[in-house]
Amino acid sequence: MSNTPLTTLPGHKPPHEDYLNATYGIRSWLLTTDHKRIALLWLGSVTFFFFIGGIFATMIRIHLLTPTGALVTPETYNKLFTMHGVAMIFFFLIPSIPAVLGNFLIPLMIGAKDLAFPKINLLSWYIYMIGGCFVLYSFGTGGLDTGWTFYTPLSSIYSNSAVTPAVIGIFINGFSSILTGLNFIVTIHTMRAPGMTWFRLPLFAWAHYATSLVMILGTPVVAITLLLAGLERMFHLGFFNPALGGDPILFQHLFWFYSHPAVYIMVLPAMGVISEIIPTFARKPIFGYSFIAGSSIAIAVIGFLVWAHHMFVTGESTYAALTFSFLSYLVAIPSAVKVFNWTSTLYKGSISWDTPMLYALGFIGLFVIGGLTGLFLACLGLDIHIHDTYFVVAHFHYIMVGGAVMGYVGGIHFWWPKITGRLYPEMLSRFAAVTLFVGFNLTFFPQFILGYLGMPRRYHTYPPEFQVLNVLSTAGASILALGYLLPMIYLTWSMRYGKVAGKNPWPATGLEWTTDSPPPTENFHVTPEVTWEPYDYLNRPDLGLAGTPSPAPAHGDD
Amino acid sequence: MQSQLPIYPEQASNFAPHVDSLMLFITAICVFFATAVTVAIVIFFFKFHRKQPNDVGVPIEGDSRLEAAWMIIPLILAMAMFSWGAVVYVDYRHAPQDTLDVYVIGKQWMWKAQQPNGLKEINELHVPVDRNIRLILASEDVIHDFFVPAFRVKMDVVPGHYNTMWFRPTKPGRYHFFCSQYCGTNHAIMGGWVTVMEPSDYAAWLSGSSGGSANPLVAGEKLFAERACITCHVADGTGRAPSLNGLYGAQVLLADGSTVSADEAYLRESLLQPNAKIVAGYQPLMPTFQGQLTEEQILALTAYIKSLQSQPVPAKGSGIAPPTGKK
Repeated sequence: MSNTPLTTLPGHKPPHEDYLNATYGIRSWLLTTDHKRIALLWLGSVTFFFFIGGIFATMIRIHLLTPTGALVTPETYNKLFTMHGVAMIFFFLIPSIPAVLGNFLIPLMIGAKDLAFPKINLLSWYIYMIGGCFVLYSFGTGGLDTGWTFYTPLSSIYSNSAVTPAVIGIFINGFSSILTGLNFIVTIHTMRAPGMTWFRLPLFAWAHYATSLVMILGTPVVAITLLLAGLERMFHLGFFNPALGGDPILFQHLFWFYSHPAVYIMVLPAMGVISEIIPTFARKPIFGYSFIAGSSIAIAVIGFLVWAHHMFVTGESTYAALTFSFLSYLVAIPSAVKVFNWTSTLYKGSISWDTPMLYALGFIGLFVIGGLTGLFLACLGLDIHIHDTYFVVAHFHYIMVGGAVMGYVGGIHFWWPKITGRLYPEMLSRFAAVTLFVGFNLTFFPQFILGYLGMPRRYHTYPPEFQVLNVLSTAGASILALGYLLPMIYLTWSMRYGKVAGKNPWPATGLEWTTDSPPPTENFHVTPEVTWEPYDYLNRPDLGLAGTPSPAPAHGDD
Repeated sequence: MQSQLPIYPEQASNFAPHVDSLMLFITAICVFFATAVTVAIVIFFFKFHRKQPNDVGVPIEGDSRLEAAWMIIPLILAMAMFSWGAVVYVDYRHAPQDTLDVYVIGKQWMWKAQQPNGLKEINELHVPVDRNIRLILASEDVIHDFFVPAFRVKMDVVPGHYNTMWFRPTKPGRYHFFCSQYCGTNHAIMGGWVTVMEPSDYAAWLSGSSGGSANPLVAGEKLFAERACITCHVADGTGRAPSLNGLYGAQVLLADGSTVSADEAYLRESLLQPNAKIVAGYQPLMPTFQGQLTEEQILALTAYIKSLQSQPVPAKGSGIAPPTGKK
């Protein structure tokens, strides 16, 4: 193995060559085909969009402090919640875990040198950036006020905002998602190390496999749908506008055919992260591996068949509504299976209170509330009251922020030592995790009540009786904001000043922890061979742990 | 009585008790599961906390009986929720035969309702108590949604489609209705009030509203309330439209910077072509009343607005131009 860097800074000779110091200069980043460097490009760009979306969210919550609206005009308010949704969903949540953590980890986890198509991987990021530029152009030149759902004919005819560039941006961005999904699927199929059988795959890889299926099958539909809406707007081709012979309900079918599965694109990878963190910090195999793996696939498949539960009050036929309500209840079962298995994994574990574990347990708590409130919305009789109210807003924030973002931040902490070679300050990060959890609940729990009381979503002004709960929500949001800012600060700090982590600080069982931190460009100095079952702590003398379990030997009988 | 922080809105229709029971049923099940999972996590979290730094856990691979149990039991409960919800929904989607039909039209950003006898209302809906009411919903532009929280019902109002919704009000009173499908700039103020009346009051209201009152000032005041002028033109200047106190005969500052004298012609034009002259600081929100008011009614409204001349002018929220600074 060569330990000689290609270039060295004067007076600064790195002790080991790794992917970060193998080459220097801006070109070595922008033209890299190393999946780990590309993951860091993604980390930078999704953090940027998270920041943009976060600023919009902050303004929204400040505005809603008073019934008449404290901050902005109605037009601006409508743009804020639209741009918040577009930035967060299409440019942060959907790429976050797959493109950052998935990119970095999947080759490492399966013992490969890179993804199957390294150049396509880089192309994915460029496509995202081009799409992002279109969307930022839309935000900067008149903004966007259609709601992130782009319902026609409001978006295609009536809106006076910059809809066309936004739609083009999201259309372009879709290809990034499709290529990433394709890359993951091919990589997982063809590039597993010797001994890495399908049922030795980390559950993170299973979750990404399921996610990739949804990305490939769903994204083209939303791309085409938005393109049609754009064509209607630009050239008055009648697809959705009844005045031109179109049907606005058709748009909703097409839109939700992707956008409901998109929820699973956001949350499945987070479930993958949690499935890695829990066995590591309980130091035992995950309970029901095959059920967790299978439930990811089940969610991906059934998730495609529930889209019209967004449309119970559009006037769709009663039979359609019954069918989609029924299927929506079915998709709850694999989610429940995951929660029960994670919880059972804790039983008789050796549980540490390290930061990633706090995020994982926080994820379960919030995902349980988010998932269970989905049962309310899937209920036909109840949906006629709570549809399009703040109940929905609370529900999907519990899934997407409480679920997906907690998973993402937890995952970033878990693999930070691998990515940067450094540890973050443990006590501060535990404090941040608890702050995030408390702030999140204070922000969004009151919105369930607001919704049941009848406050519709997307209101820049509201009757005074809703003020108390709105003020509570805004107060919670300020705690939540602190919970996000802290990790941004100390993680950045730790890149230079954090303690050196070593190969496997937790220790964890995955292949990625058998190589250096940060890993060398080629990931492994020698091709690894997998001889152990996933999350097995007993037959891994290399981890340096007690060879036998601490309490009584296992029988699995209680 | 509603407490300071209510957790459910008033129950004022046949559907409200059913929806609330359904809510309680699902909440009970969900609270049970959420509590069970949370308690288990908290107990395990402390009980199995790592004692020695190199301890490992007891390997338990899984248990297929448990897996079966926690798939089947939630599935049964989910099917119970589905079935009960379906019963309520099917009832809601199939209106009975004996309904009183009211047409409701949504347009950016107002609601127009028309009673069976042709009487029109704006951002108001009057219905008799204990009668099955069916609303026939149409949109003139984008998708709206008619939502009455106290009745626990809503339905999208879709351009190119006629949607219907039904309910039976069970309690006289005034209840908020909202547009709950985002429809553009003023989505949040596209709402109004449903007034549920005793059948006799409703009958009197229906016949009395066609302008039979002798005194134009009294009739005007009544019209001002019935046509919902009062919901925007609030006397103290806090409404979406300027206060009309002291308006008659004063100079009005317009959005284009000019001023106009508020005479009868101006009042009449503002009623029939409200967008012709916009008062400075206000949005062109007012719907036109062209073709909806008889000459008699216009006269009555004008008489009433003139009578407000002697009322105190609010400091803010009046369209009246400030006196020019000559001293």
